Amino acid sequence: MGKEIISGGEALMRSLIKEGVDTVFGYPGGSIMPVFDAMYDHRSDFRQVLVRHEQGAVHAAQGYARSSGKVGVSIVTSGPGATNTLTGISDAMLDSTPVVVIAGQVGCAVLGTDAFQEIDFVGITQPITKWSYQIRRPEDVAWAVARAFYIAGTGRPGPVVLDFTKNAQTAMTEYEPVYVDSVRSYVPYPTPCRSAVEEAAALINSSKRPLMLVGQGVELGEAHEELKALIEKANIPAARTLLGLSALPSDHPLCVGMLGMHGNYGPNYNTNECDLLIAVGMRFSDRVTGNVATYAKQAKVIHIDIDHAEINKNVAVDVPIVGDCKEVLPMITELVESRDRKEWIESFAKYNAIEYEKVGAKALNPGSGPLLMGEVARKISEATNNSAILVTDVGQNQMMSSRYFKYTLPRSILTSGGLGTMGYGLPAAIGAKMAMPQRTVCLFTGDGGFQMNIQELGTIMEQGTGVKMILLNNNYLGNVRQWQELFFDHRYSWTPMLNPEYSLIAKGYGIASRLVVDREELDDAIREMLSTDEPFLLHVAVKEEDNVMPMTPPGATVSEMIFE
Amino acid sequence: MDKKLYTIIIYTENIAGMLNQVTAEFTRRMMNIDTITASSSSVEGVHRYTITLWGEEESIEKVTKRIEKKVDVLKADYYVDSEIFFQEVALYKLSTPKIMENNQISRLIRHSAAHVIEVNANYTVVEMTGSTDDILELYDKFVALQCMQQFVKSGRVAVPRDSVENLTELLFDEDYKRKPTKNRE
Repeated sequence: MGKEIISGGEALMRSLIKEGVDTVFGYPGGSIMPVFDAMYDHRSDFRQVLVRHEQGAVHAAQGYARSSGKVGVSIVTSGPGATNTLTGISDAMLDSTPVVVIAGQVGCAVLGTDAFQEIDFVGITQPITKWSYQIRRPEDVAWAVARAFYIAGTGRPGPVVLDFTKNAQTAMTEYEPVYVDSVRSYVPYPTPCRSAVEEAAALINSSKRPLMLVGQGVELGEAHEELKALIEKANIPAARTLLGLSALPSDHPLCVGMLGMHGNYGPNYNTNECDLLIAVGMRFSDRVTGNVATYAKQAKVIHIDIDHAEINKNVAVDVPIVGDCKEVLPMITELVESRDRKEWIESFAKYNAIEYEKVGAKALNPGSGPLLMGEVARKISEATNNSAILVTDVGQNQMMSSRYFKYTLPRSILTSGGLGTMGYGLPAAIGAKMAMPQRTVCLFTGDGGFQMNIQELGTIMEQGTGVKMILLNNNYLGNVRQWQELFFDHRYSWTPMLNPEYSLIAKGYGIASRLVVDREELDDAIREMLSTDEPFLLHVAVKEEDNVMPMTPPGATVSEMIFE
Repeated sequence: MDKKLYTIIIYTENIAGMLNQVTAEFTRRMMNIDTITASSSSVEGVHRYTITLWGEEESIEKVTKRIEKKVDVLKADYYVDSEIFFQEVALYKLSTPKIMENNQISRLIRHSAAHVIEVNANYTVVEMTGSTDDILELYDKFVALQCMQQFVKSGRVAVPRDSVENLTELLFDEDYKRKPTKNRE
């Protein structure tokens, strides 16, 4: 019996199903119509989610990927459909999120002629993808899709683009599934160097004041237990980056808080007091290091990362270990010895208490006056038993919710860390809820970012996605306003914002909403929001000129945080 | 820090768009490539780029690692001149009437490492392979003798001085690839 003859578009369907795809976020258009036509026959094979803008398609795929660990998929048309995905692709590149973006392309015969909706998508996306490839023949579909999923999801994950020419979608081919489990020029899981592991263990054993820096790599490598085993055996306090917040539960006795510009005082201060930094699955972003010239100069540095190019990129490393943290951490654990570091570990609590006294107490229990972002975040965290997935937009809403949420489960924070994409939150929350329907998904957004992809309320309406949207409305582009207040002499250029009546917008999309202005109403409104599985917009009027504190000012030393 | 001339040797899969991916890493940092040579290598299906540019070691090392990280790049290493053998090739198109007028010109050609590859009534094409300095020195002399019509010089080709010769093994050895870019000998 001969092999089946099918179209390139149908070959894409078979390939996606073979990869286990259960949800696709997309938007049709001219150059991708044969693919959408093929999808029509597969409506029962996977969920097909029509977004309202292609940027939303990629952010939704990111939310899907980051909450579940699976590869997210978007399918869009050529030209504007493709260019609208660029922000999401860049975001996925910087935050190591596995997504495959399939874009239509004009037929091979007219490539390079400025045909209608033709752009050089491979050329545009090469610098912002792990791999970008044009499929020009139907017989290449199975191979290209298999390779795309393999590259996106292995090693340090990232976005892959497939630029699918129209002729390849319609032409017929023999189809046979292709399995890709290696690429000769690509080493996704480098073998850790044994002598470096021994050197690292020796440094840890002789260290009096070690500090573990935990990044998203621990989540991506699913090394939560391996991390705990190491820090518990050796008694190492551990701080998490923004993207690594749920890599270690907030209430773990060795968890000392969050790093970074708006992180906790304890770990930031002690970064410049420790004698050993052990960084795992993090990249020493400038938001974490502050002024790199004065960053942890007194300390030896061990850097564990799966990506060779991260070593010595921002911070000089004494012992690099290139490998998968799930493999490396147990190798170190085996060689470390228990040490009494009680005094050192307690010192974090001492500085965190200073922060609480100066900032936290007021943020969480202001008593009177307008509602504050921090108290809203903490209340919702507690109301969800600290087990919700927090999705944030970018800005003050991001920092306040991530600071005051508590994390008990892995993959519980989805936020745009590297690119800082306003508009990320709403579509990412949709993707997360679709991937993890059994979990409560709480989006924290601001009045600025919410409106950047507000059209995705249409997707929520159509799909009935039970996302809990918490809009912290201060009538400002709050983070920029904060910087203007602190560093630009209170000159509020372009930051005050006239807002629409959000309850009417929600109503227009058939989404229940409630506006909360008074503190006394908050608990009841949260109860109402969480009482059903339906989508809900909780619109909270918060203090207009509130600042995220503490803060390491731009260019300052990591330990020198300001509190007001 | 001192700026030095570095030579980066890169092995990639022979696919469309690869050079663009490599050069984009320089564009992003506004690092100006001095010369670039791209051609097939001794391994079938593998292309070899030789790129020279001025820079500080720290930034050269970082950009080299970022290039090697690309999925379809097999290997990337950087070298200073003392670590490699290197050559360039130049073509000088000279005016034949000027050469006939001034016998200093033909004497210069005979006493240099250059070869004449074409002579006709209008022009003479001279080829020379050598170091950049030798090539430019000859260029200056032809210019001084007022016979130069056109000049072109290739990018550098280079082979490392180290004695590892089994390229196939080298390119596909995972452990070797993960060693620091420097000190691989």
